[in-house]
Amino acid sequence: MKNETMIEQLKTIIKPYVENEEQWNNLNDETDFIKDLDINSANLVDIVLDIEDAFEIEIDNDAMEKMLNVKASIEVIKQKIAEK
Amino acid sequence: MKTRRVVITGLGVVAPNGITLEEFDQAIQNGKSGISFIEELEQLKFSCQIAGLPDYNNDYLNNYFKQIELKDLNASGLEYGVIAGLDAWRDAGFDTENSEEVNWDYGVIFGTGILGVDKFREAIYKVDEGKVRRLGSTTVPQTMASGISAFLGGKLGCGNIVTTNSSACSTGTEAIMMAYERIKIGNAKAILAGSTSDGSPYVWGGFDAMRILPSKYNDNPKEASRPMSASAKGFVPGSGAGALVVEEYEHAIQRGAKIYAEIIGGHVNSGGQRNGGSMTAPNRKAVVRCIENAIANADINAKEIDAINGHLTATSKDATEIENWCKALNRKGKDFPYINSLKSMTGHCLSASGSIESVATVLQLQKGYIFGNLNCEDLHPEITKMITHDKIPTQTITVQPDIIAKASFGFGDVNACILFKKYRNEK
Repeated sequence: MKNETMIEQLKTIIKPYVENEEQWNNLNDETDFIKDLDINSANLVDIVLDIEDAFEIEIDNDAMEKMLNVKASIEVIKQKIAEK
Repeated sequence: MKTRRVVITGLGVVAPNGITLEEFDQAIQNGKSGISFIEELEQLKFSCQIAGLPDYNNDYLNNYFKQIELKDLNASGLEYGVIAGLDAWRDAGFDTENSEEVNWDYGVIFGTGILGVDKFREAIYKVDEGKVRRLGSTTVPQTMASGISAFLGGKLGCGNIVTTNSSACSTGTEAIMMAYERIKIGNAKAILAGSTSDGSPYVWGGFDAMRILPSKYNDNPKEASRPMSASAKGFVPGSGAGALVVEEYEHAIQRGAKIYAEIIGGHVNSGGQRNGGSMTAPNRKAVVRCIENAIANADINAKEIDAINGHLTATSKDATEIENWCKALNRKGKDFPYINSLKSMTGHCLSASGSIESVATVLQLQKGYIFGNLNCEDLHPEITKMITHDKIPTQTITVQPDIIAKASFGFGDVNACILFKKYRNEK
């Protein structure tokens, strides 16, 4: 799967949790979920669950802790798909 | 309006590190941890497989429940609450056995987050199997939130307020405040105030899913609960119950009751989930305001506070809590009061935490000590920037605190703060 496709998919997944729509429209590799998109930190676990469903992967605690921005999340998703 | 003085005349506790008042007093003075590995949590694939569970065998329940009441009992929160509640009432010198009279001046305010989840699970399975008839008569009283206050009110013959409050982790402290306010204005003479929390994977699971519990201490449970430590990695789930008999001073004197301490004031508020407050995080302005208003309500100077029993759950928010205390008291460095967190020994007993920790606070005043904090040898650097090391004892110290502040903060951005004062016989 191409990076762009993956980012598009991720963008759709996080949409319901985003408080800052403008930043969401300009989402890029460096976009931080909490600082840029104003996502409530408690919702990060829900995003991870949605990602697990969408990509049919399982994300452990250690991997999840890294998933604070777009780039890191894509890396974890790729790694987990490869491990399948 | 004439207001009454309000005192504490009875204590009861069922905690992970002690199931009687004496045991608990010894445990907190000696720094005994009640956290252990729970096999069931491992089987259920929890990340955090440790918890604080009160330790007793089923025979012990015969001291508190009739045989018929024990039949089909599957609600640990109800057990804990009844044991702590009856112990406190007996400790206050009230009769729990023989009275046939209703006492219109006595009430119960006993909170919980949820009651009897294990019983509820049992009921859901039966209902789904089409066997609703098989639920019998025991499901409702064990699973309604107010099952605990209803059970205690019936045992004690209380004819004043009998209710269950619920405000997440501030439930217990709020219950005591509600009792205090009702007695202060003269609407009751004695209220059994407290709170309970089931010990069950079905309570703790949601917190494990939020990944706010420590997952790296399954092999060394006693080191897992680390309030104020740089290596704090989340709160350890706990359970149990605490109970305090809150009584009008004149009434206590008239019946010759022993007095543990006086409640001189307090405050309850919410941050409205604004200004950084949310379902899970506190609005800091509201926390500071809650403490300031409690001090104003008690009509004391913040300088008079000798010690704080904090909420301090062992998350990254501990430093923020200390900052809020510094701001509210306008004290820092070596001028800051002593501060401790019972959660280092019991874990976070959720809706029971406020009442169990209030029992610990009152014991400190009555007996003259400040219990030591476990697992904070590596204090968080943000905390040591604000207050000096010696204000966070790691061993129990013998001092004579006069006023201790107890605060609890809960999901939903809710806060409660009480000021307890040592009682000295004035005659």
